[in-house]
Amino acid sequence: MLRSLHCLCLLLQCRDMIRAIRACKTAAEERAVVRKECAAIRASVGDNDQDYRHRNLAKLMFIHMLGYPTHFGQMECLKLIAAPGFPEKRMGYLGLMLLLDERQEVLMLVTNSLKQDLNHTNQYIVGLALCALGNICSAEMARDLAPEVERLLQFRDPNIRKKAALCSIRIIKKVPDLAENFINPAASLLKEKHHGVLLTGVQLCTDLCKVSSEALEYFRKKCTEGLVKVLKDVVNSPYAPEYDIAGITDPFLHIRLLRLLRVLGQGDADASDSMNDILAQVATKTESNKNAGNAILYESVATIMSIEDNGGLRVLAINILGRFLSNRDNNIRYVALNMLMKAITVDTQAVQRHRATILECVKDSDASIRRRALELVYLLVNESNVKPLMKELIDYLEVSDQEFKGDLTAKICSIVEKFSKEKIWYIDQMLKVLSEAGNYVKDEVWHALIVVISNASNLHGYTVRSLYKAMQTSGEQETLVRVAVWCIGEYGEMLVNNVGMLDIEEPITVTESDAVDVIEMGSKRHTSNLTTRAMCLVALLKLSCRFPSCSKRINDITVQYKGSLVLELQQRSIEFNSIIEKHQNIRSALVERMPVLDEVAYSGRRAGSLPAAVSTSQVVALNLPNGVAKTTAAPLVDLLGLSSDDIPAPSSSGGDFLQDLLGVDLSPTSPLSGTNQAQKSGTDVLLDLLSIGTPPAQSTSSTPDKLSSSKDSKNSGVLERLSSPTSLQASSPSGGSPVMDLLDGFVHNPAIPEGNGSAYPSVVAFESSTLRIMFDFSKSPGNPQTTLIEANFTNKSPNVYTDFIFQAAVPKFLQLHLDPASSNTLPASGNGSITQKLRVTNSQHGKKSLVMRLRIGYRMNNKDILEEGQINNFPHGL
Amino acid sequence: IHFVLLISRQGKVRLTKWYSPYSQKERTKVIRELSGLILTRGPKLCNFVEWRGFKVVYKRYASLYFCMCIDQDDNELEVLEIIHHFVEILDRYFGSVCELDLIFNFHKAYYILDELLIAGELQESSKKTVARLIAAQDSLVEAAKEQASSLSTMISQATK
Repeated sequence: MLRSLHCLCLLLQCRDMIRAIRACKTAAEERAVVRKECAAIRASVGDNDQDYRHRNLAKLMFIHMLGYPTHFGQMECLKLIAAPGFPEKRMGYLGLMLLLDERQEVLMLVTNSLKQDLNHTNQYIVGLALCALGNICSAEMARDLAPEVERLLQFRDPNIRKKAALCSIRIIKKVPDLAENFINPAASLLKEKHHGVLLTGVQLCTDLCKVSSEALEYFRKKCTEGLVKVLKDVVNSPYAPEYDIAGITDPFLHIRLLRLLRVLGQGDADASDSMNDILAQVATKTESNKNAGNAILYESVATIMSIEDNGGLRVLAINILGRFLSNRDNNIRYVALNMLMKAITVDTQAVQRHRATILECVKDSDASIRRRALELVYLLVNESNVKPLMKELIDYLEVSDQEFKGDLTAKICSIVEKFSKEKIWYIDQMLKVLSEAGNYVKDEVWHALIVVISNASNLHGYTVRSLYKAMQTSGEQETLVRVAVWCIGEYGEMLVNNVGMLDIEEPITVTESDAVDVIEMGSKRHTSNLTTRAMCLVALLKLSCRFPSCSKRINDITVQYKGSLVLELQQRSIEFNSIIEKHQNIRSALVERMPVLDEVAYSGRRAGSLPAAVSTSQVVALNLPNGVAKTTAAPLVDLLGLSSDDIPAPSSSGGDFLQDLLGVDLSPTSPLSGTNQAQKSGTDVLLDLLSIGTPPAQSTSSTPDKLSSSKDSKNSGVLERLSSPTSLQASSPSGGSPVMDLLDGFVHNPAIPEGNGSAYPSVVAFESSTLRIMFDFSKSPGNPQTTLIEANFTNKSPNVYTDFIFQAAVPKFLQLHLDPASSNTLPASGNGSITQKLRVTNSQHGKKSLVMRLRIGYRMNNKDILEEGQINNFPHGL
Repeated sequence: IHFVLLISRQGKVRLTKWYSPYSQKERTKVIRELSGLILTRGPKLCNFVEWRGFKVVYKRYASLYFCMCIDQDDNELEVLEIIHHFVEILDRYFGSVCELDLIFNFHKAYYILDELLIAGELQESSKKTVARLIAAQDSLVEAAKEQASSLSTMISQATK
């Protein structure tokens, strides 16, 4: 009795909850109501209360729709499904489909109930079960229940047959092996008159063809004729009010028949042939003033494009698309563009005829249409039409709205790169893009542009002048500024002297100080980010040498960054300032023009290491924290004035890499190179920078190996060295400018080889302002692979080091054995030393040289200090 | 069809039906993404949105957006027609349907959708047939209720 009362008030109660939820003014209020309801439902579930189950589930479904968790209701669904009455089952199945999906284990529990319901005498209950099975069945359930569904395909009531047909689609999608069982029953559905059954039967056959080639063959042989006839009947059928939509009888059936014919006709000339007539009829006779008719036309075009060649039909189809394209309805234009994308592979010429219209669509106000049209234009571009198309697109770039500029720029750049036969054209187009939408250009793109510019030696003058002009008008485009700054730095004198004038150019007068102005402007713009400013500094350094008259002014600009809070800028400012002021003699060599960047290697690299490029550019964008000696890849890369992916060959040795860094041709320093190993090279960072790059030298041969063994260690290793000047500055501010000292040392002190009597010269493995480590080498007789190293630690500071620990790490091809150190206390000021013996076995002896990373820890004045370093200057042949 | 969504103009979900597996988390994300994408589109623009390699066909009826997600190579125009088909059936069932009908009788809307689509495929192209099937099932429920209530009156009379 109670139960029936609850049944009656079920909807009311559920309505009350919905009303309460709708009355909530804030999200918090709503959450409170839902929480209360959920608690009540949980309690009721816990009591196993049969009478409220129905209502609880209804409430739960509503709560679920609002996005709250409802897993505790899952078992309730199963209980309702197991109940005997239709209302309970109806609600239970609805809950099952809403609250569960095929991946939940609970679902397996319902298999048995489903099986019973599929055999129920009430056809509506069978319908419910089929519907649930079709919407959420898993592969296991599909296997278990396939025979039932197969049987139901022949059920007396057509409404069950159609549900069974769709359910079969789900089953064969989940378990394609079962497809063959369904081929025959599906074929017999095609002979039905009932539209629902026919509709679903056709759909089932289409999906069978997709999963089973056997089914495809079968239907192609046995059913093509029949289907053509069915389509003919539907097309020519008299007015049927039940199925009529906008004057067409059952467009859904039309479309599904056309789709199945497409599958059957694809790749089979005979089948295609037999459907030609009806396709022609559909394509010509269908009314195109309503959406339903257009949907049929659209489907028939798709079918004509896919089946085997019939010239006449194709012309018809392209004409339909042409008509669509000029339609005022955006939907129709969208599908036309969509279909033209497919048609382009079949008949490019026909699509090219509509180029003007498609180009108009790129400028449409609708983002979906613009995107489709842009994709299509991208496919349409070829050698012959690239120039006019490009002009159109770039013109449009000026007026397009902001959010579309990114996409458009990317596509334009990609087209320009693809068809960059003439360099001058490529450079011209890119300059236009940079001036219009430079802020949307991706890093790889302008990097590639610089590589191309660097390779086009006859266009250097032209490019730099064009960039100069562009800078005057579009100085707010970041990437334009970068490219311009780079080029002016490299080819500044060509700008001033009008070198390499092309016929098409008008001469311009630019003074040296104008050129500096431009760069100063670039560096001072408040929108310029770190990379741009850093590039400006490098360019200024280069100009200081090329325009001696401006040297003083450049120095003034550079000095302004001495106090910059950004470490990178500060460092450059200080270094460049000292180069300009004190090292006239090496400056010209330091700032010589960059060697031509290797185009092939660059593009190969780009293709190969996109993620790497992404990561570095992120680093660049990041403002570097101050005072950290161990910086990331960015500063290195910035020195170059480019991101690391521009560094020519991936296989280039560390030496070349560094050489590129400063753009130095090392020939003037090569006489010194022989002394390299004996030098205090661990300390002299800049010196190292310079000497390590000498082509035939010992150190270069070791670096490539290391590079190939691990790329990471290359980066960080080089970086540590590069960045150590900062740590020097930081640790000994009173010691003047260490960089200068180092340079002075380099210039005035040709190093004295320190022979130690052994076959291999000893090296300074590590030196900081506080510590020096010397390595002496010897070989154990008869074992060339093993090297004995005696490490000698000297304290340069006035304090005693205690708890001194030396650690070393080597790559995999080396084996390292450390003997105990002679002591763990290191007396102050070099009054004594610690020695420690190391034994290194090189499994790649003769092929690879030694490399080692160091870490030294000690206590000084009760402070723990950790120093790290890497040794790359091992003598050759160890 | 991968899923069907009904979203109100305020971004509230009125009906969801998933024919492809999406976890609860993904579902919320999908709904959030799509409502952001669709609700902001102007009235004159086309009814298709490209999204995660799929297409979402949507159509606005009064304050409700009906959205269906389909594959790249499905027929967008036909899906528009299916949406309209669904709306007409709802309209016929509720008698000029409005958003409130779908809120308070959300289960009815689901029953109708289940008669129209199974496994993401169209099941019936005749509005009349769908209406007939729903009516038959509703009357089954009514009959069960009546039976129960007459039973309860009998019991209550007997216990008097």
